[in-house]
Amino acid sequence: MSMGLLRLLRGNKASAPVARERLQILLAHERGMRGQPDLLGVLREEILAVVSKHVMLDPTKVIVRLERGDEVSTLEVDIEVPNDFERKKVAVA
Amino acid sequence: MAKVLVVTSGKGGVGKTTTTAALGAALAQRGDKVVVVDFDVGLRNLDLVMGAERRVVFDLINVVQGVAKLPQALIKDKRLENLWLLPASQTRDKDALTEEGVGKVIDELRARFDWVICDSPAGIERGASMAMRFADEAVIVTNPEVSSVRDSDRIIGMLDSKTVRAEKGERVEKHILITRYDPSRAARGEMLTIEDILEILATPLLGIIPESQDVLRASNVGTPVTLSNADGAPARAYIDAARRLCGDTVPMQVPTERKGFMDRLLRRRAA
Repeated sequence: MSMGLLRLLRGNKASAPVARERLQILLAHERGMRGQPDLLGVLREEILAVVSKHVMLDPTKVIVRLERGDEVSTLEVDIEVPNDFERKKVAVA
Repeated sequence: MAKVLVVTSGKGGVGKTTTTAALGAALAQRGDKVVVVDFDVGLRNLDLVMGAERRVVFDLINVVQGVAKLPQALIKDKRLENLWLLPASQTRDKDALTEEGVGKVIDELRARFDWVICDSPAGIERGASMAMRFADEAVIVTNPEVSSVRDSDRIIGMLDSKTVRAEKGERVEKHILITRYDPSRAARGEMLTIEDILEILATPLLGIIPESQDVLRASNVGTPVTLSNADGAPARAYIDAARRLCGDTVPMQVPTERKGFMDRLLRRRAA
């Protein structure tokens, strides 16, 4: 008996084609990301370095987030600055 | 010329250790001098699958750290003249594997053996990257299942970038070994097909090992499956895979479903 007929009688669809399609989409995305430097990590470090020149910051309170949208994506930078922040004297020789 | 072969997968439980033992024994039976090396530091199991768990005195970490000499740590197989095991440490952690130390041990093994087969731990951490670091060839063990295929893809990416060969601009020769293949589920369309897996991973096929009781039975008694039931389907598939590794052209056998009651009856009679 053909497997197609057997499946028809049971009324369930083969799941393997779904697996194949999901994998192809996922891996195309993951391969694209591979080897690239961690963009958000780099941005976070550089933003932290720039702001720290002028303001004392707690490095753990710097959050950089990228929200992917259909049309455009939003880069969100959230830096918590203490109220009594101490202005760093910029050491200029 | 010695070859360093890593057996890897990313995902755990797909059959790396079984494959290391089976290919090691099959290659040794052809007359090649083979050492199987366990890189799963802290969770060693190759000794158990090879039936040598009570003979471990020194291990890979001891040799890496210079506590023991290589010949003191090598365990000779009791069944095959040409087969040796270098066990992992059960107590130390994987940070003890330094690149320099592992490189030295691999060089020493290259000088003594035809095949150095490195059994990688699961994951993509230090143990796994050290197991593949000096490899000339890789067997990527993959189950016909989405998470295993995804992890294999990730491992292929590492083999192409994080190995000594890749860094020198050379290639690590890669092979896919599909294990736990269930022909009846494949026929029902419930399992990724061989063609799907090969197309997605874009890597040539070394063999297809059918799901079988033989594999569990072999590990229960501590014998590589190619020795415990040499006529069984998984043993034959592993022996063919070993021949392909040596450059022989062997037609690929896709495991097929046992048909029906009559077939099963005849099969039983024949057995």
